[in-house]
Amino acid sequence: MPSLIDIRRRIRAVKSTQQITKAMKMVAASKLRRSQERVVGARPFANQMLRVLNSLATRVEQKTHPLLDPRETKRAGGKVMLIVVTGDRGLCGSFNSNVIKQAGGFVVGDPDREVALGLVGRKGRDFFARRGFEVLYQQVNLFGKLRYEDAQDVAQSAIESFVGGQVDAIYLVYNEFKSVMQQRVVLERLLPIAKLVAEADENEVEAEIDYLYEPGPQQIFDTLLPRHVEVQIYRALLESNAAFFAAQMAAMDAATKNAAEMIDTLTLNMNKVRQAAITREIIEVVSGAQEQ
Amino acid sequence: MAIPVIPSQLTLEIVTPDHALTHADVDEVEIPAEGGYIGVLPGHTPLLTSLQIGEMWYRKGGERFYLAVAYGFAEIQPDHVVVLAQVAERAEDIDVARAEAARRRAESRLSKPPADHDTARARLALMKSLIRLQVSAKARTRV
Repeated sequence: MPSLIDIRRRIRAVKSTQQITKAMKMVAASKLRRSQERVVGARPFANQMLRVLNSLATRVEQKTHPLLDPRETKRAGGKVMLIVVTGDRGLCGSFNSNVIKQAGGFVVGDPDREVALGLVGRKGRDFFARRGFEVLYQQVNLFGKLRYEDAQDVAQSAIESFVGGQVDAIYLVYNEFKSVMQQRVVLERLLPIAKLVAEADENEVEAEIDYLYEPGPQQIFDTLLPRHVEVQIYRALLESNAAFFAAQMAAMDAATKNAAEMIDTLTLNMNKVRQAAITREIIEVVSGAQEQ
Repeated sequence: MAIPVIPSQLTLEIVTPDHALTHADVDEVEIPAEGGYIGVLPGHTPLLTSLQIGEMWYRKGGERFYLAVAYGFAEIQPDHVVVLAQVAERAEDIDVARAEAARRRAESRLSKPPADHDTARARLALMKSLIRLQVSAKARTRV
């Protein structure tokens, strides 16, 4: 049986851990709120962009643009790039490992296909770089102060690899922020961009508007496409960031609860030990008195 | 086709990747379009244009609001203007000290370029800082 003093020390240690996890939970919660706002704030831009792209799609020759070139279907067993978005830090439950698992499954999923990686976030970088995968791009410490320019940077390198012919397709895997309690790992194709179809039904009226274009529709379309890639990456980064804090908050909440539970059992234990010690002392006193 | 009715006001939306900056009913807008500044009144013909680095303003009643914009597009419809810009800052939100520092940095880079230098980029940076300063100066005179 551990001594009273050991148990006391243990309780103190767990209590201070609990304080830390509680503080981390609070911090994550407030950061979550801010990053959640940013996710919502980024939506109008993405939506408007998509709307303009769709309305342009009918008027331009889509095949001509390199970002739309569906090379993957032509060459079997070509090389593809997978951009893995993880967090920079741990202590967030299964947030990082879920993405890494999905990415790993993708890499070994098809033996005919070669996969090069683009890594955003320290945890994914550490995991894959250490295991000798081919890495085309990596970026860490992005999430502390996430800016649109960071997404542009990622998009730029992705576009370069794609247009340069090093890879035939680019996929993106990240944690989507579904709700505070739920994150979902999403794998989507970034390039080539899926063929855009002009929306039908209710928006038909809008599609009929004949715009003037300055410069021509083709040029606008061509400059919009890289933007579209940037926006998609930016959205993925924001989602991942919000999901990270949600996961961290949940993990720290669970840790705080576990600590409380542990303190309860330890306290019970301590009281038992104390009680036993008192009983023993009384027996000693009583038996001592009897002897006299 | 029916004869189009000219709307009395424009709904202006200015959106950046980070947030929707403005959503307002306005009377007149001027934007730095690809081929130069264009003024937009209600009933403008539908137009899709890319933006230059420049200043834009919109008028609500007798009051003008200035913004610095860069890199983006504007979609104009008779009753609606949507500005999608990578950078859009209201005059009162511009950090003058930062813009001034950026201007000086860009100027020094242009006057004595270092070896591995990107002149085009420095020129863009200079333009952006100048526009910011210009726009913020206008905000101050108005108040």
